[in-house]
Parts: sequence; C-alpha cells; structure tokens
Amino acid sequence: MGVVKDLLKGLAVTGRTMIGTITGRELVTRPYPHVKREKPQRFHGRHVLNRYPDGMEKCIGCELCAGACPAQCIYVRGKENDIDDPVSPGERYGYVYEINMLRCIFCGLCVEACPTEAITMTKLFEMSTTNREDGIYTKDELLMRPDGTVPHMFPDDPLADLDELETADGWVRATAPGGRAAYEGVKMWAGTPGVADWSPEPTQEERDRRSGE
Amino acid sequence: MTGIDWLVVLIRVVGAFALLLLATLVNVWAERKLVADMQNRLGPMRAGPFGILQTVADGLKLFFKESIMPRKAEVGMYLLAPFLAVVPAFLIFMNIPWGDSFFIGDREVVLQGADLNIGLLFILAMSSMAVYAVVLAGWSSGSKYPLLGGVRATAQAISYEAAIGLSLVAVILFTATQGEGGTLSLNEIVVRQSGNWGDVHPIFSWVPRWNIIPQIAAFVIFLTAAVAETNRAPFDLVEAEQELVGGFHTEYSGMRFAMFFLAEYVNIFSMSALTATLFLGGWLGPTWEGSLPAFVSGALPTVWFLVKTYAIFFVFVWIRATLPRFRYDQLMTLGWKRLIPAALLWLVLSSVVLAWRQFGAPWG
Repeated sequence: MGVVKDLLKGLAVTGRTMIGTITGRELVTRPYPHVKREKPQRFHGRHVLNRYPDGMEKCIGCELCAGACPAQCIYVRGKENDIDDPVSPGERYGYVYEINMLRCIFCGLCVEACPTEAITMTKLFEMSTTNREDGIYTKDELLMRPDGTVPHMFPDDPLADLDELETADGWVRATAPGGRAAYEGVKMWAGTPGVADWSPEPTQEERDRRSGE
Repeated sequence: MTGIDWLVVLIRVVGAFALLLLATLVNVWAERKLVADMQNRLGPMRAGPFGILQTVADGLKLFFKESIMPRKAEVGMYLLAPFLAVVPAFLIFMNIPWGDSFFIGDREVVLQGADLNIGLLFILAMSSMAVYAVVLAGWSSGSKYPLLGGVRATAQAISYEAAIGLSLVAVILFTATQGEGGTLSLNEIVVRQSGNWGDVHPIFSWVPRWNIIPQIAAFVIFLTAAVAETNRAPFDLVEAEQELVGGFHTEYSGMRFAMFFLAEYVNIFSMSALTATLFLGGWLGPTWEGSLPAFVSGALPTVWFLVKTYAIFFVFVWIRATLPRFRYDQLMTLGWKRLIPAALLWLVLSSVVLAWRQFGAPWG
C-alpha cells in the first residue's frame, strides 16, 4: 500500500510541524512590528554621517563615496573649512551630502571607500515614505548629533525604532584597526553612532568559543 | 400544543441552530489557526485574544460589502443559489443528536433538531441538494470559471455520493443486527453503539461498542468521500483558487459569498458530526452519573459529542494542510475505480459475515 504509506508520511510531516510550531520550537514567523528579529551583525541599513567625539564632523567632502557608489545615489559637495571655526579636522568638509535612498542598493561600498569612516551604516531598514522627496536624505537626516545620537526621519512614528538606528553595523569593526590581532583586548576609539564606548575586541579564543556555540 | 411543547421544540431547534453557528464561528478560526501551525505560520492573531474574533470581523466586513451581480447572470437562480447552499447544510445538522435525552417533568427531550425515522436517508438527500447550489451558482453566474466549477461539481458529487451511500449501507446493515430490526434514526444508531465488545472476547471489554471497530473500511471510505462531498482539499476542484479563481463562487460577493462560505463550514461540521455519530458512538461516553453533580453529567454527552466531532474535524483540517489537490482524472479514478468497488466489496463482505452470524453457515 504505497499510497497509504505516502499519505501517512505526509500527515506526519504536517503533524510534526504543527507540534513544533505550537511549542514554539520551529516557529520562524514573528509578529513583526511587535517582535523584531535580531539583525545580523553586519546588517546593511540606513547610513549615518559620524562625528568625532569632540563634535567635529568626520566627512572631509572628498566624494570618494560618491565615486564608489554603483547606484550613483550619493551627491556630495565639499567646501573649505573656516580656519577660525572648522567643521571638520582638515581642509574641507562635506557642505552638501545627500543620499537618494530610493536608488541606494545598500551595498556598503561607500562605507568601504570612506577614508575617515565618516559614513557608516546602521541596522535601521524601515524607511518607507509616502513621498518620493522624503526618500532623499540630506545632511539634516544623515548627520549624527553632537551627543552621538542620530536623527530619525519619523521620530513620531509609533514603529520608529531608535535602538536600531543607534546601532552601527559590524563593517567598520571588521575592517578598521580594531579588527587587527595587535589590538585584541584593547579598548578602541570608535565614532560610529552611539558606540563611543565600544567594549574591547574579543580575543580569538573568545570568538572561536562564541562561533562554536 | 401546550407551553411545555413549545419550550421543548425551542430547546431542540434553537439549541442545534445556536450550537451550529457558534461552532462554525470557532471552526473557521480553528481551521485557519491549525493550518497556520502546520505551515509554520502564526495565523490570525490581531482580532481578540489569539485572533478568535477574526471570523466575526470577516463576517461583519462581508455583511457590509456590496453584492455585485454580473450582467449576464441568470437572476433568479443566481439569487437562489446561496440559499440552496445554506439551507441543506443547516438541515443536515438538524438530524444529528448532540446530547443525551433528558426529562422536563415527564416529557423526554431529545437533544436533536428532529428525530426523523429516516434520518440517514434525509441527510443523504440534503447533501445531494447542496450540490445543486454549487451547480446552479456556477451555471447562473454567466461567467466561464464558475461554469467550469459547476460542471466539475456535478461529476464529483455523483461519484462520491455513490461511495458515501454504499459505505453507509454496510453500517445500516450492521446496526440492524445490533437491536430490534433496522433503523435509520440517528439517535437510535447512537444508542445501539452503547456498551462494549466484551461479548466477543472478555479482553475487549474496555473497547467501546462503536461502529468503527467492525466497520473500519466503511469508515475510511465514508471519511474520504465526505471530504469530497464537502468540496474540501484535496478534493476542492470545485473552488480550485489556482485554476478557477474561486470556482462556483467567483462572481459572488458580499453577503451572498458569505452564505456559501458559511454553508461550506457548516457542512464540514455536519459531516464531522455525522461521522462521529455513525462510527464513533455520537454522544456516548462515560458520564459518571451519581459521582458528579447532575448538571455536569447531564452536559457530558454533549461534551463527548463535541470532542469526537472535533477529532474528525481535525482530521479534515490535517488532510487539507497536507495533501495537494487531485487532478480531475485522478479524482474520477479514485471515486469510480477505487472507492465504489471498495465500498461494494465491503458491503458484500460485511453482509456475508452478518448473515453467517445470524443464520449460520449456508451448508449448516
């Protein structure tokens, strides 16, 4: 009775799934706006323009990000710093900085290209707008405030998740000096949003232990 | 008719009606929730606790929606079809006993819409009537997908009606040997399943005397055909969203669609209840009369009935979540080449055994 056997096999699959779902063991679906998944460490979300801890902007207006961008969604214009009141340490700063989020493909090449780690990505991905103009993020939205927090496009939105906005992706940490073996256990200076007090890089053993979990 | 007569009728009819409607409300939700669990989803969860008010919300929405009628529809039939679907669905359940009888004064109240002496025949007739609703809805919509659904319904219903009827004949024959003469009354069929199989052999004295034990093949055939009869997956060729948009109810909207929907779920519940009644001993079950308060042991038969019905209902949902839809020729093959011969064979086999037991061996 091959048919009956197959039928029972199929019923067993759905039955097992049902028990797994009810007990929560196999449940993958989450009630999204209420319960959010933990993002992967290097999640590519919304961009942020960072500041140094002293409040200076990191962006030097070099336009390397704009050049690296495959979607050509970044528009930068640099400007000479005023010697008495500089915006960034260096000659120039990003006078105009716009990212068209409707064109951005969130590849992170701008982050790689940036020589000063001025542009990084956060884990925020909920950026839908009712208006195409709102999809173009200017310096007002991108630049972090002097206190290290980042402005949200819709702070009044009940679903606005500021935590994810303040959490940097792991890209900088993976590539910056902080990832070098020589700096293991040394508390690094870092300026991506809200994480000026990053804990030290984990040692290799610690990482092996974690990935083995 | 005295006042007490009216009260008795009221309890029986309104009770069955309310039970059916309430069960349907819960069933729609329960099915969605169960199928969601089987597909690793969450299911409805926004309306009320665990989304249990989802059906109410959907019903209200449908109630306030516009009922659109196609220009080419055959108006009379088009308007009649939803009622043709709902009325037989309710009438089927009116015959199913959903609790033990009790006494008000010296008057016996049977918890059953109507205890017809031809109950089973009536149910078969009504389930055949329900096919007309599908066929007429499909035909009168004046649109090709509903028409295809309606055409499919004709063939499917006839094939599986035969299997249902034949499998039930075996049950009726068996029931006839269990008491004084044959009966088609569902309450009587339930009563005749009381007791246990201790008389066959003492070690079976804990096995309830349900028809499913001697009529297991009839049970399987009946259950399969019942799924087809209620147009449920994997036999839902009549609706077949992927092929026929919505099948026979494509052109129905608003309250008229809601009536088809209601009829489908009422039919599922009625078929589950009928299966439980015929094969699983209906409302029979331990009531522990005397050791429990009177109202608890009085309500227990209804509880047992619901437990058995929902066990069958769960199987319906389980099968729906598991099996893909049959192809049309496979459906016909299963109906005519498998189920009907199997039912006939089982009928002959069980008749021979019953006759042998009653009249002795033919050479004896």
